[in-house]
Amino acid sequence: MQTLISALALAAACAPGLASAQDPNLARNLAATCASCHGTNGQARGEMKTLAGVPADKIISMVAAYKSGALPATIMHQIARGYTDEQIRLVAAFFAAQPVKK
Amino acid sequence: MTKQQLPHFEATRRRLLTTGLALGGLGLAGCAGTRATGPSIGRVVVVGGGFGGATAAHYLRLWGGNVDVTLVERNPQFVSCPISNLVVGGYKQMADITRGYDSLKALGVKVVQGDVTAIDAGAKKVRLASGAQLDYDRLIVSPGIDFMNEQIGGLASAFDSGKLVHAWKAGPQTVALRKQLMDMPDGGVYAISIPKVPYRCPPGPYERACMVAAYFKEAKPRSKVLVLDANPEIQSKKALFERAFAQHYKGILEYRPNAELKEVAGNLAKLEFEDVKADVLNVVPPQRAADLARAAGLININSRWVGVNWLTMESTAQPGVHVLGDATFSAPAMPKSGHMANQHAKVAAAAVIQLLQGEAVSATPVVMNTCYSFVTAKDVIHVASVHQFDAGEKTFKTVPGSGGVSAAASQIEGRYALSWADNIWSDMLG
Repeated sequence: MQTLISALALAAACAPGLASAQDPNLARNLAATCASCHGTNGQARGEMKTLAGVPADKIISMVAAYKSGALPATIMHQIARGYTDEQIRLVAAFFAAQPVKK
Repeated sequence: MTKQQLPHFEATRRRLLTTGLALGGLGLAGCAGTRATGPSIGRVVVVGGGFGGATAAHYLRLWGGNVDVTLVERNPQFVSCPISNLVVGGYKQMADITRGYDSLKALGVKVVQGDVTAIDAGAKKVRLASGAQLDYDRLIVSPGIDFMNEQIGGLASAFDSGKLVHAWKAGPQTVALRKQLMDMPDGGVYAISIPKVPYRCPPGPYERACMVAAYFKEAKPRSKVLVLDANPEIQSKKALFERAFAQHYKGILEYRPNAELKEVAGNLAKLEFEDVKADVLNVVPPQRAADLARAAGLININSRWVGVNWLTMESTAQPGVHVLGDATFSAPAMPKSGHMANQHAKVAAAAVIQLLQGEAVSATPVVMNTCYSFVTAKDVIHVASVHQFDAGEKTFKTVPGSGGVSAAASQIEGRYALSWADNIWSDMLG
């Protein structure tokens, strides 16, 4: 049992989204859907917004504003509405934990 | 915990019980472990280095740590179909849409240039034209499309002659089409034939028509673009393309619905009730999953497409073989696009790593699509969609109220489109 507990603790320490303990890869996998435009692990190139290292609450509030229409966008309002609030929280926590590469 | 989540938890718990000791011994060093050393968790061969296959190879290395990844691709470099219509129009060069595989190699992917001629799913081997064989534990195939030339009279021999091009796979044909347009005298006609859906890149033919019309407007103002669409209407971003045709290309571009190509004879495109003469004829033929998918016994839907389990992208015909991209029988409202193939690849990479480790696969995958189309050299429109897995129907479904198209064409979306390409090429190729 001791090894199980330490293994679980390790898994929890590695998992960026603690709320997704049932699926430790969920946050990573959801964030990867953003990477096509925003760069692998949120490290964007060119004009796209880098998400790596951005505080989670900032990502969450921006996506909420896209969803509501409060923040005008060409495309992000349409994409934001495809994800649940819980999914956005997981994605935001994942990106917040990513190192920013220059 | 809901019933739906239970199987994953059970599998995770089982794995932790059996591997707990080793994990505990690793301590927190295990967290770094995307490229950990140690015994390989398995051998994955990826066939096809386009949007699907290259992304899969990249993410297997990114997420899988010590997984052996071999990517087999027939071309020495990747040439992007998205943005290739700008080369056709003369607004970009081939170098702008060409990328190498060196970054993937640096990430630990073994890149083999070659043609896979056979897959033995039973023995878990792929054979190359060179005679070499590769053993795998899991195989990922992203074969793309091939053409059903037999459906249009004279088409196969016209392609063989080299005079007619499709340019629906970016590469030498993209260059050839551009040259034909440059060589065409002012006052000539360019005709593009569009097959019935489904085909690769639904908005692509309309974007190409815009790019050729933009070129004619600047350089050959007496020339015409004729769009011969086998479908009853424009198949993607309809209102936006109609607006672009009217606003920018009135008197240059003519759109004809229900104009299915029956036969090609020289420069004549023969439709049901009339023959159309074109100085440059560009036929996008009807399509199916590529030859390799057929040879490997992967095609099992409508004699054209590959059925997959959407949780893993594993073929429903051949166990252990995961199939990505345009070759798959699409889920409802899921486009055949490079962006979608990139998304398929991440679902597959995650699932393959879990399967190699004896874990249950993630039960709630999500994929999304973004597709930009140029209507002038600078003005761009988009369509976007988000697809969540539906456990009841075992397929991806679009989320009601999400997705959509541009309010209007804009130059800011033109900048986003080029930045999208830059980012997705790096997300594929490292």
